[in-house]
Amino acid sequence: MRRIISVLLENEPGALSRVVGLFSQRNYNIETLTVAPTDDKSLSRLTVTTTGSDKVIEQITKQLNKLVEVVKLVDLTEGAHIERELMLIKIKAAGSQRAEIKRQVDIFRGQIVDVTSTVYTVQIIGNSHKLDAFIASIAEGGVLEVVRSGISGIARGEKMLSL
Amino acid sequence: MELLSGADMIARFLGDEGVEYIYGYPGGAVLHIYDALFRQDKVEHILVRHEQAAVHMADGYARAAGKAGVVLVTSGPGATNTVTGIATAFMDSIPMVVLCGQVPSNLIGEDAFQETDMMGVSRPVVKHNMAVRHASEIPEVLKKAFYIAESGRPGPVVVDIPKDMTAPNERFEYVYPKKVKLRSYTPPARGHSGQIKKAVEMLLAAKRPVIYAGGGVILGGASNQLTKLVELLNFPVTNTLMGLGGYPGTGKHSVGMLGMHGSYEANQVMHHSDLVLAVGARFDDRITNGTDKFCPGARIIHIDIDPANIAKTVKVDVPIVGPVDSVLDDMLALIAVDEKETDAAALSDWWSKIESWRTVHAGRYESSTQDNIKPQNVIEALYKVTKGEAYVTSDVGQHQMFAAQYYKFDRPNRWINSGGLGTMGFGLPAAMGIKLSYPNEEVVCVTGEGSIQMNIQELSTCKQYDIPLKVVVLNNQSLGMVRQWQDMNYESRHAHSYMESLPDFTKLVESYGHVGLTVNKLDDLESTLEKAFAMKDRLVFINVYVDPTEHVYPMQIARGSMNDMWLSKTERT
Ligand SMILES: Cc1ncc(C[n+]2csc(CCOP(=O)(O)OP(=O)(O)O)c2C)c(N)n1
Ligand SMILES: [Mg+2]
Repeated sequence: MRRIISVLLENEPGALSRVVGLFSQRNYNIETLTVAPTDDKSLSRLTVTTTGSDKVIEQITKQLNKLVEVVKLVDLTEGAHIERELMLIKIKAAGSQRAEIKRQVDIFRGQIVDVTSTVYTVQIIGNSHKLDAFIASIAEGGVLEVVRSGISGIARGEKMLSL
Repeated sequence: MELLSGADMIARFLGDEGVEYIYGYPGGAVLHIYDALFRQDKVEHILVRHEQAAVHMADGYARAAGKAGVVLVTSGPGATNTVTGIATAFMDSIPMVVLCGQVPSNLIGEDAFQETDMMGVSRPVVKHNMAVRHASEIPEVLKKAFYIAESGRPGPVVVDIPKDMTAPNERFEYVYPKKVKLRSYTPPARGHSGQIKKAVEMLLAAKRPVIYAGGGVILGGASNQLTKLVELLNFPVTNTLMGLGGYPGTGKHSVGMLGMHGSYEANQVMHHSDLVLAVGARFDDRITNGTDKFCPGARIIHIDIDPANIAKTVKVDVPIVGPVDSVLDDMLALIAVDEKETDAAALSDWWSKIESWRTVHAGRYESSTQDNIKPQNVIEALYKVTKGEAYVTSDVGQHQMFAAQYYKFDRPNRWINSGGLGTMGFGLPAAMGIKLSYPNEEVVCVTGEGSIQMNIQELSTCKQYDIPLKVVVLNNQSLGMVRQWQDMNYESRHAHSYMESLPDFTKLVESYGHVGLTVNKLDDLESTLEKAFAMKDRLVFINVYVDPTEHVYPMQIARGSMNDMWLSKTERT
């Protein structure tokens, strides 16, 4: 099953490599990984999506917790949560295609963030399925370049991952 | 307030931390530190002949003393030479602090002379590693290193020290930090009382229980508690390779070691049990054999300080995360309070079953003849001559298993071997680390003619520092354990397991300035050992020629259940 694990990590050099190293050493799988400092500059927040049996996921969370620089973590998929991913995508947009693409972007509540005479650069935010669906909606050959941020997640309601 | 250079802070800190010996090898990146060590006399440095040996020395000391061993090496090759030693300590959860020099900060990343990314290289085999980024942090970084290495589930910690951090002309305030706090690291302090209560109820109701005790009992200093619990409950107890001595090997509740080369009775008891109490053990593949067939009728209680050990390989019914000593104390207290009782009738049936298993194999082996000494025989003679009281280190192979099977350890911290990584070359330097710190104890390294050659250069270190340990080589003139597998699985095709052109060990040892003795007749075995151990102030190396065709039994049959075993070359269960 796919899981989203959110980790509070000491914002120190080498801490991220320890997390990434753990996954490869123990043969766990990383689908996406995002990381950035939080409002507290001494902490980084890392979101990793992974797949595995319950046993593997249990080991992943335990092994992550053992890393000295991991302060706290939560498996967001255990409860209600929000997940978002940001995509920047360059699409071929010339002549009659331009209006069609603009409509498509509106449907997905995206934004055209850069324009040339032949290319639109579009920003879409949503869960991963929405981003996949947007790519699929673009006509064959239209997609020129894609960059996706990987998933960031947060629990719904009062639940919090903080110190 | 005192002002010290980074190098002087390191030397001072080690003294203040109570470190008596550090083991190491100098080089460019650590010369400031070596100079600081030269100018003080609290910490004694031992110069090895290869950095791997320095780590095993620290490791041997740590296993005997229960405190972190300390290593100092230079950057690049000095640091990479420590990796096998660090991995060895990591696999067996041994507390250790390894100080590695590094090129100056401004050169890092430029492929400078003797630059290696030791943080990256060591990362998968350390409990933690840290780089010093400012010289003023040195006392705190070192305190953290010791704290992390020794607390919780212990392990090795590497500290990477760029040369400029130790520059003699830059001085900083030095205060010995008595404590450190790490918000992201809190080892468990107590077991969950509800879980402990549940476990005690299960223990009392058990009809065919067994206590399976691992290296955690030794590391956690819980052998007294374990012994009390075993005796109070009247349960059989089996120790892992790492746990030998956690309960006395000659104690009447002991059924010996379990696992791949465990005793017949230990593996039978495990297989037929209805309740396994695992204490500081990790159900690794050398214990469980096929996990799908592991202890089919048993419920499992698992006490471990590391939550990640729980349910890693085998499903557990009652996990208890906590230090083994305190959890066992809590269990003992609960049993005492209510004067609760076990199922005596069921236990008596269980014990008669166990007694019958005890007679089946009983550690038998074909007797030696005058010209064909059985390796088991050598260990039994060693046991007799040392009255079972020596610190015994070993290398890896058949000799290791024979030592584990035939030397009965009645005390913890006396059996010192590389169980998890299985590192040939461990035994001699480990013994050196112990003998240095326990000069009045007998320390003997049981090794093979293969393993000893992986760190034999340390005989020179032994001469320099006058370390009168004993070495007993079970010389089967082959990589015996490899050969055994080739006999059993490859129709005796002995691919590269025969050691041709072995040195004349006696001459070799004499050239290092020690005493070498050779045994090739059974009649000389005990008397030669007596003679060797009578030479209290000499290192004596006893080369015993043993049967090259001997195998270690019992041996579990791969992927079977605990009790699927070969009992000799021709009999299986
Ligand atoms: C560093 C290292 N290399 C290889 C091995 C694989 N290995 C395990 S036992 C063994 C043979 C050891 O021979 P020896 O020391 O003579 O012991 P014996 O089995 O003959 O008693 C080997 C090669 C190992 N454990 N460690
Ligand atoms: Mg051999």
